[in-house]
Amino acid sequence: MKIAFTAKGSKWNSKIDPRFGRTEYLLVYDTESEEFKSYNNSDIENETHGAGPKTAKLIFDIGADVLITGNGPGENAAIALEKAGVEIFTGAENMKIKEALEAFDNKQLKIFKR
Amino acid sequence: MKIAIASGKGGTGKTTLATNLASYLSEEKQIILADLDVEEPNSGLFIRAEKIFQEDRYKMIPGWVENDCTYCGICQEVCNFNAIINLGTHILVYPELCHSCYACSELCPTAALPMQKQKMGVLKHYKKGNIDFVESRLDIGQEQAVPRIAQTLDYINSISDNKEIILLDSPPGTSCPVIEATKDADKVILVTEPTPFGLHDLGLAVETMQKMNKDFTVVLNRFGVGNADVEDYCKKNNIRIIAMIPDSRQVAELYSRGELVYDKVDSFKQSLDSIKHYILGK
Amino acid sequence: MKEIVVISGKGGTGKTSLSASFAFLSGSEAIIADCDVDAADMHLLMSPDFAHNEDFYSGQMASIDNEVCTSCGLCLEKCRFDAIETDGERYQVKELDCEGCGYCERICPVGAISMKEQKAGQFYISGTRMKNTLVHARLRAGAENSGKLVAKVKKEAKRLAEQENKKYVIADGSPGIGCPVISSLSGADYVVIVTEPTVSGLHDLKRVYELVKKFDIKTSCIINKHDLNPEITNRIMDFIDSESVVHLCNIPYSNTFTDAITRGITVLENGDTEMIKVIKNAWETIKKSINDK
Ligand code: SF4
Ligand code: SF4
Repeated sequence: MKIAFTAKGSKWNSKIDPRFGRTEYLLVYDTESEEFKSYNNSDIENETHGAGPKTAKLIFDIGADVLITGNGPGENAAIALEKAGVEIFTGAENMKIKEALEAFDNKQLKIFKR
Repeated sequence: MKIAIASGKGGTGKTTLATNLASYLSEEKQIILADLDVEEPNSGLFIRAEKIFQEDRYKMIPGWVENDCTYCGICQEVCNFNAIINLGTHILVYPELCHSCYACSELCPTAALPMQKQKMGVLKHYKKGNIDFVESRLDIGQEQAVPRIAQTLDYINSISDNKEIILLDSPPGTSCPVIEATKDADKVILVTEPTPFGLHDLGLAVETMQKMNKDFTVVLNRFGVGNADVEDYCKKNNIRIIAMIPDSRQVAELYSRGELVYDKVDSFKQSLDSIKHYILGK
Repeated sequence: MKEIVVISGKGGTGKTSLSASFAFLSGSEAIIADCDVDAADMHLLMSPDFAHNEDFYSGQMASIDNEVCTSCGLCLEKCRFDAIETDGERYQVKELDCEGCGYCERICPVGAISMKEQKAGQFYISGTRMKNTLVHARLRAGAENSGKLVAKVKKEAKRLAEQENKKYVIADGSPGIGCPVISSLSGADYVVIVTEPTVSGLHDLKRVYELVKKFDIKTSCIINKHDLNPEITNRIMDFIDSESVVHLCNIPYSNTFTDAITRGITVLENGDTEMIKVIKNAWETIKKSINDK
């Protein structure tokens, strides 16, 4: 299973970026290979509109099964993530990536429904 | 004659002026009043007329034909607005983000994205005495005000016999929707307040009007509060102030109840009189 | 660091005056962000020094290189926005009409068209008389406001807040319910909705609340000019009650707001003691609520 996090940096102890569409990084943890990868999303700054769909597309390209974020995606991105079959968990704002993963494992995060 | 009523920001009394002016002028003239603040039209609350026509309004967006699609992804690549994305087994179109430029549709190698109609709002036409009131409203979530405004102006042209006075209650601000709403106006009235906020936002509006080469004047609302800086600014830049509407709590109260003002507040009516003279060129 | 955003369904509700008041109360504990870039008035109450100033680019516009153009006319035929004009020989782009879709650039057979970033305005970081930092922007006449500019203002404010270890970011949010408001709300910890009791006020409040609800952020409400229409004020109170929105305070109709604006100060500095008490209380409530989890 691949878990994607919206993050403010590229490290394990980076903070969660509470925003979805305009998140600065996407970090991806693969639970099978225990591999950890980061994607720089800061180019999104240049998008005038439609940051949500664009980041959702990246999540899809990465092949993530689960997304962990802060406030939750906006309507547009949520539609795409739903179509792509990504499960979304929110409420991880104010956490570091590793804390968010723990919270997820302990089922402390909120399931996001559109 | 088309007269746009605009302001650099919201909450300056633009709608109060537009609705009262329409009502007052209609005592002598045929009037068409259009609410072009398509995101949040509320002139209708004050006019309370009878609806005579209603029509859904559309824009064109690409519709995906699954069977013809090869998932080449060109559509996503050519769209400058992130309005279409390729999810491998699904092409997703975001109607609210789409600007109807036709690029994806016409560049799709297998013609799998024919353009089709999508509802984006409703236009309503009301009548009361000598006033034709046209309101158009974007559906929630729709963001493109500009094409909506353009369609509404087309409708107004189609019902006008060029003899009426057409009043356009424009959206607030100085961005694209305002430009669209004032583009065809013969005269623009900028409503502002005698405060530093009013002055600042008027400055932006004036800049926009000058860029568009518009014939514009100013109405100073809530006269009596604040300071004389707006007057000084207008004097210095040779901008005519055609009316100063005195500040009054009574006006604010009537507005809060959705009532017209000029038949109850004399000073307001006098200001409308000055504006009338300006419009009729007397 | 917590981010507080002040919004309203439409303009003219006193949103900016209240944001500036909260900025005043928080003093050096906060970084201030003016996200109402369409009517960026907050700086008028804060005496900023415009210390840092840069151009801001947003959106694109086509531009035709007449040296390369062969006057084939394809762009004019394809552009859906009538943004290309010709005198029969030379082709050029009408600045105010171009939507920046880039279709013409893609199809021009000789590559004469290129898309250029458009200068949308100025972006500033200022020190203010309130001993805090204000991040703000000024849109060029006719430029389009966007989520992009709002996101930039907020990002810079947050970066500074983190770097300088501030407790709060206070943002004067964008009006309306479009893309800029979504950008204002995204990532916030607390929202204050300012409304007024008019026939359209309740309706505007409901619309903007629909949007806020989706974000799952603590929400509160201030009713400004509450005595203008007691009946609608009651209806607003009922509505926010039923939605469990925190009612922060009612503020009476008063020229103190306009007075203060005219003097370039916040209502808190304008001597109306009753008003000062009400706003101070509201700020205390916000602080308390935001700091307990
Ligand atoms: S018509 Fe233009 S804006 Fe709409 S989806 Fe296609 S390329 Fe994007
Ligand atoms: S970019 Fe699009 S709107 Fe602008 S001129 Fe080219 S085709 Fe027309």
